Amino acid sequence: MQKQYIRTYLNNKFLAYITAAAFLLFAILMGISIGTVSVHPMTIIRVISAELFPFISLENTDAMHSNIIMNIRLPRVLLAGLVGASLAIAGAAFQGLLRNPLADPYTIGVSSGASLGAVLTLFLGLSIPFAGMFTLPLFSILFSFLTIFAVLLFARKIERSMKVETIILTGIIFSSFLGALISLMIALTGEELRQIIGWLLGSVSMRGWAYIKIIIPFFVLGAILLLVNSKELNAMSFGEEKAQHIGVDVQKRKMMVLIAGSILTGAAVAVSGTIGFVGLVIPHLTRLLWGPDHRHLLPLSILMGAGFLIIADLVSRTIIAPTELPIGVITAIIGAPAFAIILIKRKNKL
Amino acid sequence: MLSVQQVTGGYAGAPVVKNISFEVEKGELFGILGPNGSGKTTILKMLSGILPHKSGDILIKGKNLSQYTPKELAKIIAVLPQHSSQAFSYTVKETVSLGRYAHQKGWFQSWSSKDEEAVNRVMEQTGISHFQDYDIQQLSGGERQRVFLAQALAQEPEILLLDEPTNHLDLSYQKELLDLLSVWSKDCGLTVISIFHDLNLAGLYCDRLLLLENGEVNINHVPNEVLKEGRIREVYRTKIEKLPHPRVPAPQMVLVPQRSQAESQSVKRIDRSSLEVKEDLLVLRSPFPLKTMSSGVTGSGTGWNRIFLNRHVSKNYDCSDHRAEMADFVREIGFEPGETVGMMTAVYVEDYSSKFYEDGTFSVYVVVTAGVGNAVDASKSEAHSYHLTPGTINTWVFVNGNLTEEAFIQCIMTATEAKTRALYDQKVKDAVTGTIATGTSTDSIMIAATQQGENLEYAGTITPLGKVVGKGVYECTVEAIKKSQRRIKR
Repeated sequence: MQKQYIRTYLNNKFLAYITAAAFLLFAILMGISIGTVSVHPMTIIRVISAELFPFISLENTDAMHSNIIMNIRLPRVLLAGLVGASLAIAGAAFQGLLRNPLADPYTIGVSSGASLGAVLTLFLGLSIPFAGMFTLPLFSILFSFLTIFAVLLFARKIERSMKVETIILTGIIFSSFLGALISLMIALTGEELRQIIGWLLGSVSMRGWAYIKIIIPFFVLGAILLLVNSKELNAMSFGEEKAQHIGVDVQKRKMMVLIAGSILTGAAVAVSGTIGFVGLVIPHLTRLLWGPDHRHLLPLSILMGAGFLIIADLVSRTIIAPTELPIGVITAIIGAPAFAIILIKRKNKL
Repeated sequence: MLSVQQVTGGYAGAPVVKNISFEVEKGELFGILGPNGSGKTTILKMLSGILPHKSGDILIKGKNLSQYTPKELAKIIAVLPQHSSQAFSYTVKETVSLGRYAHQKGWFQSWSSKDEEAVNRVMEQTGISHFQDYDIQQLSGGERQRVFLAQALAQEPEILLLDEPTNHLDLSYQKELLDLLSVWSKDCGLTVISIFHDLNLAGLYCDRLLLLENGEVNINHVPNEVLKEGRIREVYRTKIEKLPHPRVPAPQMVLVPQRSQAESQSVKRIDRSSLEVKEDLLVLRSPFPLKTMSSGVTGSGTGWNRIFLNRHVSKNYDCSDHRAEMADFVREIGFEPGETVGMMTAVYVEDYSSKFYEDGTFSVYVVVTAGVGNAVDASKSEAHSYHLTPGTINTWVFVNGNLTEEAFIQCIMTATEAKTRALYDQKVKDAVTGTIATGTSTDSIMIAATQQGENLEYAGTITPLGKVVGKGVYECTVEAIKKSQRRIKR
């Protein structure tokens, strides 16, 4: 009886995972294949297989193609995927925790906090001993966490029930304030920090494998932390009191979710700058397609978020080639209208 | 099961509840009452562990509340709050399934067949199985409340805490929910602690009530002791009256609305001018409803009525359902049976007798129609066979004054005694036994009062009201008997 139940339950969601995974695979292949030099998908599969399994020979393959795939396009696509996945799952978790379909690392100001942390690190030339290349992401994460904490504290001060709009408004206030601090620091330094502006707009270009090494441990840690809390997120999306009545250790679980969200956002910002709206659009879309149950919403958001950002990056570098647009521009062009639509729909429902 | 000992606490600042103690036994349905801001919800939040208390102890099954982990507590206590928010469109079943959280073990907290059974059972019990795949945001307020009740029950709790559970429910769901709670507490030993806004519902269903006033216990006792007029008036600072429930031994409280200035100033009274004599019908229309106690065909018992009819029917009037026939008649002549006291008589109603009496602060108007064809000596009535023919002495007493329930009953006694005396003096005889009759076989009486002006507490024979009623009924009855006898002789 029990086994049978699990099987039927999985069958219902099986299609969802297949679809999302297919979308991601399609995005990866497209992302690697399209560019100034186009590469045939079969070549991509052969090259990557050869890299993974050394016994497969690489006959008939152009060394240039192999070089483009392994050194330029694959790391870029993987980085975009990891950043997209991180932002999407963090957004899904924030939305569940705050019972707010408009929450995402960008709209509630966490991304700005992470950016400030990163810029501050560069500005002051900070370096944590032994942390090495992880200094920047660690500061980003710390600032993400401080920001979300300050935002929630501030929102609660304004209004105990912490309405959706209050949190968003608070997020905007914090974003502008933190943005101003960043601008101030850029103005105070010379030319070399000006290039940071490009980075702040968000980009995954020319990062290489080193950045993937930076984000992976944080992504894995953050995602696991959130996935083990998916049930609690379900409960907390009915309100913190309700969750406590059901038996959830709300204080502990809430802290875990906030920390995990900050880790994911901080690390993503550290490697790619602020890319807005991924965390808003993807969880919303995933919820529309397959329901709000966080046990599935979180993993599906990872797949969908990764695929989405890979495609967005592809569009950003090909739409007016050879000029490359910042990826944040593409996500904002898709995301801001989506945000408006969700807001209008919510208002109509009330 | 649950013991609250000298608990004080609330939100930051001044404590909302002060030094509260009470115990709740297993299987009890325990109600918490009190005006707004008296600390009801605060207590409930403390019991459910949401709000910490400053001092005192809350013991659940003998163990201090703070020693339970959230999961342990959720297996004992479930809560149905007044409002449950839902930001996302979970299905009904997903929502109910969340209630199993505390029962699932291990890292992956796998869903067992026991969980599935429990969820299906509670959905069945709360009658939501048929929409288990619906989105909760599509449901009505009442349906949603049942979904959250099912969620709470899925926790398989021993104690259920409810905060005004009937708030969003219409009448039938209120009753359904409380009936369910009552059954579960009696049959399954579920302990139910609920806040009530509605004193009457609380009185009907609870075993015991805790009445709070300004964060302190006013009384903790059975409903009959708690729901006393004086106490409720004082605690809620409002005008209420207590009534017995018509079917079960539970007190019911009703609000008394404040009369408008204009209404209370213009004291209207009932006298001759209100009476119309039509062919075969006496009609008295009151400009406002009167409180009545009567044995009429329609509008009998106690009530508020505006129209008073005394209708002539033929001596051979025979109808299997005279009440329905009378109601139809009332409707036909353009009145509402719901606000009409209707009587029947075989006497010609033109032979009525009416008199108006004024006694300083109050006045009485008496209307009698009398025929003595069926005269009976009540002390020897066993000699008669039972046969219902239309009533022959119909007595109306209108009192321009404010009567107590006792005064109404005493009015009936006094009027009846006066009528009997009138029959005696007229030497009306019981045709079967040959003795002096005390009345007829189907007499009707009605006392109606304006409930304005002078307070008249009693109406016994030697009270001011009793004297007037006795005299009036006697005089009118004598006159009416004479009139109808004169017609027979003619």
